[in-house]
Amino acid sequence: MRIPLFRGKIRWGLLPLALLLSSLLFAACGGNPSILNPAGPVAQDEANLFWFILGVATFVFVVVEGLLIWSIIRFRERPGMPTPRQIHGNTTLEIVWTVAPSIFLFVVLVFTIRTMFQVDTIPTGGQQLEVTAVGHQWWWEFDYPTQKIITADDLVVPTGTVVHVKLYSNNVIHSFWVPNLTGKTDVVPGHDNEKWFSVDKPGTYHGQCAEYCGLQHANMAFNVIALPPDQFATWVSGQQQAAANNPQYARGLALFKSKGCTACHGIVGVNLNDFNTQPQTLVGPNLTHFGSRDLIAGGVLKNTPENLAKWLHDPQAVKPGNDMPNLGLSQSEINDLVAYLESLK
Amino acid sequence: MATSTIVERPALVRQKRFSETYIGQWLTTTDHKKIGIMYMVTAFFFFVVGGLEALLIRTQLALPDGKVLDPQTYNEIFTMHGTTMIFLFVMPMFTGLGNYVVPLMIGARDMAFPRLNAFGYWIVLFGGLFLQSSFLFHAAPDGGWFAYAPLTECGVQGVNCIPATPSINMDFWALGVLLLGISSIAGALNFVVTIFKLRAPGMTINRMPLFVWMTLVTSFLLLFALPSLTAASGLLLLDRHLGTHFYQAAFNGDPLLWQHLFWSFGHPEVYILILPAFGIVSEVLPVFSRKPIFGYTFVAWSGVAIGFLSFTVWAHHMFAVGLPVVAQAFFATSTTLIAIPTAVKIFNWLATLYGGKLSFKTPMLFALGFVAMFLIGGLNGVALAIVPFDYQVTDSYFVIAHLHYVLFGGAVFAIFAAIFYWFPKMTGKLLNERLGQIQFWLMLIGVNVTFFPMHILGLLGMPRRIYTYAPDLGWNELNLLETVGAFIIAAAILVFLFNFVTSLRQGQPAGSDPWDAFTLEWDTASPPEPYNFKTIPVVRSRRPFYDKKNPETADWKVAVH
Repeated sequence: MRIPLFRGKIRWGLLPLALLLSSLLFAACGGNPSILNPAGPVAQDEANLFWFILGVATFVFVVVEGLLIWSIIRFRERPGMPTPRQIHGNTTLEIVWTVAPSIFLFVVLVFTIRTMFQVDTIPTGGQQLEVTAVGHQWWWEFDYPTQKIITADDLVVPTGTVVHVKLYSNNVIHSFWVPNLTGKTDVVPGHDNEKWFSVDKPGTYHGQCAEYCGLQHANMAFNVIALPPDQFATWVSGQQQAAANNPQYARGLALFKSKGCTACHGIVGVNLNDFNTQPQTLVGPNLTHFGSRDLIAGGVLKNTPENLAKWLHDPQAVKPGNDMPNLGLSQSEINDLVAYLESLK
Repeated sequence: MATSTIVERPALVRQKRFSETYIGQWLTTTDHKKIGIMYMVTAFFFFVVGGLEALLIRTQLALPDGKVLDPQTYNEIFTMHGTTMIFLFVMPMFTGLGNYVVPLMIGARDMAFPRLNAFGYWIVLFGGLFLQSSFLFHAAPDGGWFAYAPLTECGVQGVNCIPATPSINMDFWALGVLLLGISSIAGALNFVVTIFKLRAPGMTINRMPLFVWMTLVTSFLLLFALPSLTAASGLLLLDRHLGTHFYQAAFNGDPLLWQHLFWSFGHPEVYILILPAFGIVSEVLPVFSRKPIFGYTFVAWSGVAIGFLSFTVWAHHMFAVGLPVVAQAFFATSTTLIAIPTAVKIFNWLATLYGGKLSFKTPMLFALGFVAMFLIGGLNGVALAIVPFDYQVTDSYFVIAHLHYVLFGGAVFAIFAAIFYWFPKMTGKLLNERLGQIQFWLMLIGVNVTFFPMHILGLLGMPRRIYTYAPDLGWNELNLLETVGAFIIAAAILVFLFNFVTSLRQGQPAGSDPWDAFTLEWDTASPPEPYNFKTIPVVRSRRPFYDKKNPETADWKVAVH
């Protein structure tokens, strides 16, 4: 009787284990914002620590849960069982199981502190790019002080380069997180936090605010777009130009000026003279090269003409509580504005 | 005490006073047992409230782009879920259990300060109702149970951080936790004095039941941790209403001041929520293994060690805020250290089972479930102490997995172990075993289906406190699975409520000692008379009632204490 029961327990025990392993595999292989799919040295170090602690924890888990289940089966009450011997303790055993976990934990601690110094020290040599990430409620602005350009929602960087990110907020606390590239660092008002990461291969990586920052914390995403260095240089020189001024879109431009957009948004060559590389005083994103971006409205939507029209039609329906009011635009006005803004490559 | 003795005189010919009516007896009581029961019933009511909030959260997140709750409501619900479960469920539940059980366990007739005890209860009730009433004013707290400044000063809808927000949501929170803090301080003082001064003759500190030990440690934690929260909320209210700028960077204040103050309360608080659970498990496992606890001294003093260390680990909640690396190394070390006494406890519980005669009554099932689940919460907790890995998973769903394995797999399992264990003492009736077993298995499955996938979601990059997520991020299936799990847990709670009501009315009579237990609370009637014991027992070992029932093999004869 006992053996089939025992086997049954083991089978049931294997099921969650199999589930766990398969889902981890899924986590490691997916192209999604998984920390187990690192695309740069910082995330790689952090993921390595995960696999290390997973090994340690799995070992402890199996041993302790194994002992627990074994005791449950072995010492379950059976008819005619005598009263157990009344054992009160054993000092040698106590010392053993105080020292054993201490050794385990000490090893874990050594790896922790070593890796911590590694990922927290910003490398000085090699290619460097300096960027300031500004946390707004609820979107990200990226200033490139050396290149004198400003973007929003998209952080474009060259591959194989140390990206040195300074973090700035004048409102509440946000947190900068790109799971494939680097863990979090909070953006704290009054604190000059900074961090670094580097990207190995070109691609687009999902980033998101990770500190609760108010109503639309959920919709405060951004993309890190990694380009090979030559393409990055081309992109920079494009972004340094003033906005395109194609007479074809004059109606859209006129609406931009007349409908109150300029109260919050800047376009170099329209209502701004140059890229102000200090965190800007205008409430909304700089739109000079809006058409070149992947995302709009704090990452809520992909940047397509249809999505932009949807946004302009009623921003509060798309992202309730954001700072952009419904301007009451007609369909033809929306079409003109969309055409103009999307032409700002 | 006096009121209750009057009630027992049947032939008193005069109009009943209010304090003698059934309702009046409860409303005016200073009996620790009645107050304990009121605490527990109130806590369970708030558990249901917090549970419904959890179901709303899981329903909203079941599918991507969820439309069940708007963002403001979602933010209020997750804030109130955390606040309710911590301040209005687990804390008063343990205070209630302690109230009922501790005086009986140490052979006392009541708590040291019965009126202060009643005061503490009524403050919890009204503080809790005050907090929940915020929903009626459409002004439920919305800044998270951690209430980080400056968000809680600007209002969550603000453009730039301007102090003195017009919305009163977080005032409800700050005033509510201040009120509840008063109650906790009163309760903690009462426990400390009761345990130090009212023990029966022979009940030395080293013979106290482990639940009493853990209640004592918890009470000291409350006394030393709560002032920090009081200071933090006080400064928050000053900032919000009197124009000070303690947390305002633009005025040379510091947002991190809030975090240091809050977490230097908040981490001891975590152990306030779990040490009594350790105590419960250390009572239940031995009784249902028919053996004494293995390594009493180590179990007791590891609890004290955890208590001390819990004041040195707070900044592990702040690894991402940009503290100096050396400070982070310190907090990583202290956090790793606190795992050692916790491991010692787990090994001692396992050794208590070893060589025992295990009977799987419902309290035992929940206690074993506690050990199995808490281990997971301990292991993923150690993972979170690994600072660079923490950079990745802090404020992600991985942390939610961790804290729910500790607080649901841990504290809630222990609470149900305690309810099933002491319900017969409180009511004289047994809860139904079969329903208890069904509830246990539903809960064990539900907890793992709900909370295990959260580890994976965290690794997949899902942040906490988001009311919605896009469908293309790879999070859909696991979120749906978690929602299914949450409803399995809800089913388990419904089974319990049914069990509770039916057993209360027609449960099997329990007798005074249904579990053949070891400690003094079972050496009196169920439920006990208002005075607890006819004569105060004299204690000669750690298991006085075992000694009384087994005079030949009494602990004081065969074991050195």
